[in-house]
Amino acid sequence: MNNIQKNRLKDQIFKVWGIGCTLFALILLAFFIGDILIDGIMRIDWDFIIDLPSRKPEKSGIYTALMGSIWILFLTTIIAFPIGVAAGVYLEEYSKKNRLSAILEINISNLAGVPSIIYGLLGLEVFVRIMGLGASVLAGSLTLSLLILPIIIVATREAIKAVPKSIKDASYALGASKWQTIWNQVLPASSGGILTGVILALSRAVGETAPLIVVGALAYVPFAPESPMDEFSVLPIQIFNWISRPQHGFIENAAAAIIILLLITFVMNGVAVYFRNKWQKKLK
Amino acid sequence: MRKIKELVIEKSLLTSTLITIAITIGIVLVLAIEAFHFFREVSIVDFFTDTQWTPLFADKHYGILPLLSGTLLTSFIAISVALPIGLSISIYLSEYAPRSFRKTVKPLLELLAAVPTVVYGFFALIVVTPILQQIIPGLSGFNSLSAGFVMGIMIIPYISSISEDALHAIPNALREASFGMGATKLQTAFKVVVPAASSGIIVSIILAISRAIGETMIVAVAAGQQPRLTLDPTVPVETITAYIVQVSLGDVEHGSVEYRTIFAAGITLFAFTFLLNTLSYRIRKKYQERYE
Repeated sequence: MNNIQKNRLKDQIFKVWGIGCTLFALILLAFFIGDILIDGIMRIDWDFIIDLPSRKPEKSGIYTALMGSIWILFLTTIIAFPIGVAAGVYLEEYSKKNRLSAILEINISNLAGVPSIIYGLLGLEVFVRIMGLGASVLAGSLTLSLLILPIIIVATREAIKAVPKSIKDASYALGASKWQTIWNQVLPASSGGILTGVILALSRAVGETAPLIVVGALAYVPFAPESPMDEFSVLPIQIFNWISRPQHGFIENAAAAIIILLLITFVMNGVAVYFRNKWQKKLK
Repeated sequence: MRKIKELVIEKSLLTSTLITIAITIGIVLVLAIEAFHFFREVSIVDFFTDTQWTPLFADKHYGILPLLSGTLLTSFIAISVALPIGLSISIYLSEYAPRSFRKTVKPLLELLAAVPTVVYGFFALIVVTPILQQIIPGLSGFNSLSAGFVMGIMIIPYISSISEDALHAIPNALREASFGMGATKLQTAFKVVVPAASSGIIVSIILAISRAIGETMIVAVAAGQQPRLTLDPTVPVETITAYIVQVSLGDVEHGSVEYRTIFAAGITLFAFTFLLNTLSYRIRKKYQERYE
């Protein structure tokens, strides 16, 4: 075999290896979802959704955890959405290239890489202890808001960047002020991209476990939260709690709750991708 | 009037932006103050040299090394899985795969990173460990091998997606020049495209390492809760993050040394990820200048 043939052979081998690696990752993902479906799908019925947690696995449900997750999602959106978008707008439209903007930029990039459990420690000291909010839904939501803020800011900036300059120029030419231009032209034109980023950030928040455990969310709460100051649990913590128990019934419960959690996460991701595609078409 | 309104709006937007600075200051202050109180009661030399970590036992030792070794061991296993697979995927998708295949597969792979980590924990403990136990007799129910492996699967998209972006950004002229010299796709990929995209690839690897070091739920579920200074992947270990979870789940009195251990552990973790993130940011900035 001469050199050319050898190199062609190597080329083919790598091609097969590359396909193999790609398929390996995808098949694992499929295997994994399939396995959880087999373990848990039979357990899901209406009672499972509306039952309170219990010591007996077959009587346990996810009601309190699901309500906790919905509360967290709701409050986190209210807190993080306006702040994140405002910061994104400032950085993209107002900030001048100086030392402050350089610091802000490196800082946001760094925050995006801070492990989520560290945000939990911050929330525990600042929201739970110093502000005296206790292990409440509000303290948990504030903590997760800080966690997803960098994601929303980056997404907002990207979306604003994609708005054609001609739109802004036209607005200024008609005598609009800077804020009028942003509010009436830039934000509507970038709304699809911002929405995508916010939904992706929220889907991250709904799956977070560690920071909420540190903040003091409970593995067992007898009632669903009724106000922002109530104690709470969330779906991922309920799952964690069930995994940690030896009885087989709880493993089945965990798998069933995972199906619900994955459903929520994947639907949010799907909606985000849908908005992005629609928005990108509109921009063109 | 209009000018005042504009100014008020600008300042309130600026305030929102400054919150991000406040978060960083908050993190550093909280960790530093609690760690400072911790080190008033525990010698910093013991912290870095003692080989035992037993703050919750009667015989207390405060050596971070066992937690650190657990963290680095699981992260190392994860990277050993994710690096070859992730890099191969990125090269295949960028240099070999048809456009349509790339467009469908990339978002699917990114789903791997969208799955909540507690779900991976379930997978590691309930599915992967029993399978590995049949291959490796004597593998304990909690171990760093299974946790590290599953964590590796989770961080594949961090490496494959960011590296693929970097490879894809390399101008085609470079490839065509190499093909023109008679090189195969493989030779072009490894001798021309990968070196040209090396900074982007390195950034993706650093990000993946940083993600692995800070990962919590997989190791909290599947790696165990026994701080142990070992490189043996078959026995239970405990990572820094898993320790913080363990203490948070129990009843530890606020202000006690036990309570402060989680901040001392936390600041160690933060220092590691901060160094890695700063490094990747530096490289990324340099790389942007070169290709824009």
